[in-house]
Amino acid sequence: MAESKVITISSDLDIVAARMVARDTARALGFGAIDQARIATAISELARNIYLYAGEGSVTVKEATNGLRRGIEVVCEDRGPGIKDISLVMQDGYTSSKGMGMGLPGAKRLMDEFEINSKVGIGTKVTCRKWAR
Amino acid sequence: MEIIRIPILKIEDFLIASIQTALHDVQAMDFKDSLLQRIYETKAKGVILDLTAIDVLDSFVGRLINDISQMSNLMGAKVVITGLQPAVAITLVELGLELPQVLTALNLEKGIAALRRATELAVHGRV
Repeated sequence: MAESKVITISSDLDIVAARMVARDTARALGFGAIDQARIATAISELARNIYLYAGEGSVTVKEATNGLRRGIEVVCEDRGPGIKDISLVMQDGYTSSKGMGMGLPGAKRLMDEFEINSKVGIGTKVTCRKWAR
Repeated sequence: MEIIRIPILKIEDFLIASIQTALHDVQAMDFKDSLLQRIYETKAKGVILDLTAIDVLDSFVGRLINDISQMSNLMGAKVVITGLQPAVAITLVELGLELPQVLTALNLEKGIAALRRATELAVHGRV
């Protein structure tokens, strides 16, 4: 379970592929049905952001450890336009013309840890983790 | 791309569609269009959208279901969602998605009962 899986996102089909990999990995790591759904849904939101705003990017899924804790880590990366105001897009209900206004804050709520780094003109990287209980 | 048609069945005045696989965006949009077309063709008074087999519902598909309900309503057909799994219901709420247009029922049987009530009320309400 140590190796990571990388899913290239370049079409709407890849969004489903990414969340299936995330779900299968979560199941293999011992997450229950509800956490599997949380993780798969969060990844679906993040992968859709890549597809909508950057056109293409990648989702990397792997096991995470922190002392005795085991969990899942998902990194969503793109070289898209980047986000000018991260605090704005993290607000509930904020929506761009393309979005539905819950992708990022919703995904954050579904995961335990959530970091976002973005530079305008360079790209965006979201790293999120959930720990098994 | 693999084309998966979602069968839309008609029974009495109602349409029943059961979504059995994870929908890609394009499939989901196609489904919306064909369902609305079927409502128009069959003059259905109600629609059951059975999601028993769906284990992940993200904001895109959630929003689409809300839109389908609103659009069907405009055409005079009520939509009832049936069979949401506990994990899906929990995730939708935590995600922050509200589905104000959507009626729900625990299962298909209760969904049909709900549609019967909703459409009878509509008939009597019209006078």
